[in-house]
Amino acid sequence: MDLTIALILLQDGIMNGAIYALLGLALVLVFLVTRVIFIPQGEFVTYGALSLAFLANGKVPGTAWLLVLMGVLVCVVEAGSCWRARRFRGYARTLGWALVLPLVLLALAPWAAGPDVPLFLRVLFSLALVVPMGPMIYRLVYQPVEQASVLVLLIISVAVHFAMTGLGLVFFGAEGWRTPPLVEGSVQMGPVAWSGQTFAVLATCIVLIGGLWLFFSRTLYGSALRATAVNRRGARLVGISTRMAGSLTFTLAAAIGALSGMLIAAITTIYYDTGFLIGLKGFVAAIFGGLVSYPITAAGALFVGVLEAFASFWASPFKEAIVFTLIIPVLLWRSFGSVHLDEED
Amino acid sequence: MRVRPLLIIVLVLLAALPWLVPAFWITQMNYIGLYSLVVLGLVLLTGIGGLTSFGQSAFVGLGAYTTAWLTTAGGMSPWLGLVAALTLTFLVAYGLGAITLRLSGHYLPLCTLAWCLALYYVYGNLDFLGRYDGISGIPPLSVGGWSLGSTDAMYGLIWVLLLLSMWATHNLLDSRPGRAIRALRSGTMAESFGVSLAHCKIVIFVYAALLGGLSGWLYAHMQRAISPSPFGLSYGIEYLFMAVVGGSGSVWGAVVGAAVILIVKDQLQDLMPSLVGSGMNVELLAFGVLMILVLQFARDGIWPLLARLGRAGEGLDPVRLAMLRAPAADLPSRARPQAGEPVLEVDQVRKEFGGLVAVNDISFTLRAGEIMGLIGPNGAGKSTTFDLISGVQALTAGAVHFMGQRIDGLGARRIAGLGLTRSFQHVQLMPDMSVLENVALGAHLRCNAGAWAAALRLDRAQEASMLREAARQLKRVGLDDVMDRPAGSLPLGRQRIVEIARALCSDPILLLLDEPAAGLRYQEKQALAEVLDQLRQEGMSLLLVEHDMDFVMGLTDHLLVMDFGTRLAEGPPARIQSDPAVLEAYLGGLDDTWGGPGEAPKEPV
Repeated sequence: MDLTIALILLQDGIMNGAIYALLGLALVLVFLVTRVIFIPQGEFVTYGALSLAFLANGKVPGTAWLLVLMGVLVCVVEAGSCWRARRFRGYARTLGWALVLPLVLLALAPWAAGPDVPLFLRVLFSLALVVPMGPMIYRLVYQPVEQASVLVLLIISVAVHFAMTGLGLVFFGAEGWRTPPLVEGSVQMGPVAWSGQTFAVLATCIVLIGGLWLFFSRTLYGSALRATAVNRRGARLVGISTRMAGSLTFTLAAAIGALSGMLIAAITTIYYDTGFLIGLKGFVAAIFGGLVSYPITAAGALFVGVLEAFASFWASPFKEAIVFTLIIPVLLWRSFGSVHLDEED
Repeated sequence: MRVRPLLIIVLVLLAALPWLVPAFWITQMNYIGLYSLVVLGLVLLTGIGGLTSFGQSAFVGLGAYTTAWLTTAGGMSPWLGLVAALTLTFLVAYGLGAITLRLSGHYLPLCTLAWCLALYYVYGNLDFLGRYDGISGIPPLSVGGWSLGSTDAMYGLIWVLLLLSMWATHNLLDSRPGRAIRALRSGTMAESFGVSLAHCKIVIFVYAALLGGLSGWLYAHMQRAISPSPFGLSYGIEYLFMAVVGGSGSVWGAVVGAAVILIVKDQLQDLMPSLVGSGMNVELLAFGVLMILVLQFARDGIWPLLARLGRAGEGLDPVRLAMLRAPAADLPSRARPQAGEPVLEVDQVRKEFGGLVAVNDISFTLRAGEIMGLIGPNGAGKSTTFDLISGVQALTAGAVHFMGQRIDGLGARRIAGLGLTRSFQHVQLMPDMSVLENVALGAHLRCNAGAWAAALRLDRAQEASMLREAARQLKRVGLDDVMDRPAGSLPLGRQRIVEIARALCSDPILLLLDEPAAGLRYQEKQALAEVLDQLRQEGMSLLLVEHDMDFVMGLTDHLLVMDFGTRLAEGPPARIQSDPAVLEAYLGGLDDTWGGPGEAPKEPV
């Protein structure tokens, strides 16, 4: 291996690592606020990537239909709980975001898939299709069991992963897709050409992380989420709805997942089940940070990305095995560093 | 095991099955048996121990690949393959467990998930394991020249092994280590009766892994060819789902879960293409949705529902009853101190949390046959003092001597072993376990039967002694009429007495009771006071933290009053009642109209 190859691998690694960092941060966020270990994060990656790929290839993505389907389910479930509580205030809002919005998006989809629509509009449209699924999944699956233990929530997450992978197959088919890069061209720096996409990925990550930081430190809703993460009961006592917090967190996680998918799909071919492995690498990073620390998660993600890049050069078939075995020494390290704390709340 | 007619019918049906149903169903039964073995491990691990693993399929794979490689490339006997498979599974599970089980609960599932994925890629890329094509030409099993290659023979072997494993698991749960495993979720409570949580966790993790390895060994010699795919993560998840669906708290739930999932999946594979058009592999979707619905609406699984139908009213378990009546050796008991001899000497103990001094240089001596009360307003540091004595928290400075031996720094388990037993401020019983078993947990340190002995029923003599001791202590506190009821079904007052019986079962020299009368009604308090008084007469020493002044004043020989972590007063109850400093702390200062310091107030304090 010479310097050029090392630099190319490093570039790959940093780019992937930045994406894993985003996913890892979202996982930490979801875990802290809702205690859910969010395995289906990877499916949002897939849905985001494939929605964009379909639009870019002039097709209406299956997510447009899926969103309507999920929205109808949400309306039904919500109507049921409103009926039981004999309280219908706020139902109009549910109808608005879960029924009208998906129908409008479905009606607009042929236009978004048409020719001459700029790429960034397609990105926005794909986000609009995928992001509402976050709170919908929360409402349908997690809200009814919000009091369950971390382990039950984890098993449910795995079930959601199964279901969403199955839906991905139904709505996108088994073919693999790529998206056009967000930024064309490349810059020569040293012996290597750094592609525009690398900069796009890094810039997006920095902007997103900065945005999240502003959201959490400067806004009321951000503070509410932080309060919920620190102490759920305390947050409820001061009037923060944990359901609102859960819903908002899932919205953020879905947005981060979908955007990461659109970033990575320009580098890797995405199939209906690719997201899972990408999401799990975010997990390895999150475990570096003990599922609580944002900065260590980000650093861990970069490490995972770079390790993966070099592993694929030296021992390509064992790339995945190496990345996932990494979790064991990391846990060993954590088990020496941390005081033993048993179980949840 | 209680021999029930239903069980006999099931066993006879299982034995006659090859003559009753077509060969296809025998093959299905073989798969159900193989899955059940793995799920049985998960019942113990997840349903009872509260630990979750997504990676059981990796242990199945470990067993299968070990024997496959040894019997093909190495040309060894499959029985040596079995030994090697189980040994390797044991080593790997032990290592993984030692690393992961020390961390909090959600790391184990994540770790097993990752390691299951990693191992899948390893199997799929190693040349000597045949990469993704796997290994074929694995020899069938044979015993003394007698081939077990046929489906029917394998059916017999698989189900005999499964039933034996179920028997062993059932035995394990109904024993000393089993009670410790069932108390795992309670954390500190079990630890304070001498249960090593870390050890229990490793035991069930390894046990579950070994069942997986066994299933893998059987699978390899049944299929005669293996490839990585049945050992991937999706199977690991499926095993867990089988445990959840079946009802992860019971041994038969494993078989029910495995059978239901296998059959439903088969039907889905037949049905789905005709519903949504062929070429779509959507059973994944149906599977995921079903799983979510089960967890939302029937979190306990199917088996408890079936068991409720089958059982008409709970009675005393006849086997256990016979065990209680049969003569059994007494458990060893310790030498008791003479009345008046110092039992507990607390010398200048101190606990600081950052800048806050929770316990400020407290000293006192407690003598044999004495009841001492520790009282004071909320936040005075009473419970913290308890924690320091019993080793639940480490002290900042000072020393604690028990029976002349220095015990600070020994840790809760060691201290419990010396004869110092404590109760907790909030009732900590295992609500689903019977009163008798809850109490028997107290005698944990007086016996030594291990998991192997329990699984093979070599522990019965000791078990009988333990249960008899538990029954004796229940009788001592007047609860022998509710021995077989689930502890959670008793009213709070009686639950507190159960806790005292459990503490007595550990043959203590000194009992620390943290607010034993809290939440009790008047009669219950009187009954409790009688029990404690009787214990004192039998030579036991007691230290109480209590808020109820009537209760404390009537019962104790000696009182220590604490406020803001410091000692306020000490002496016999009558003197404390009139101590001005105590009155000041409790009532916030006195009017002159209450008379001088030497005179007790007319109103009860």
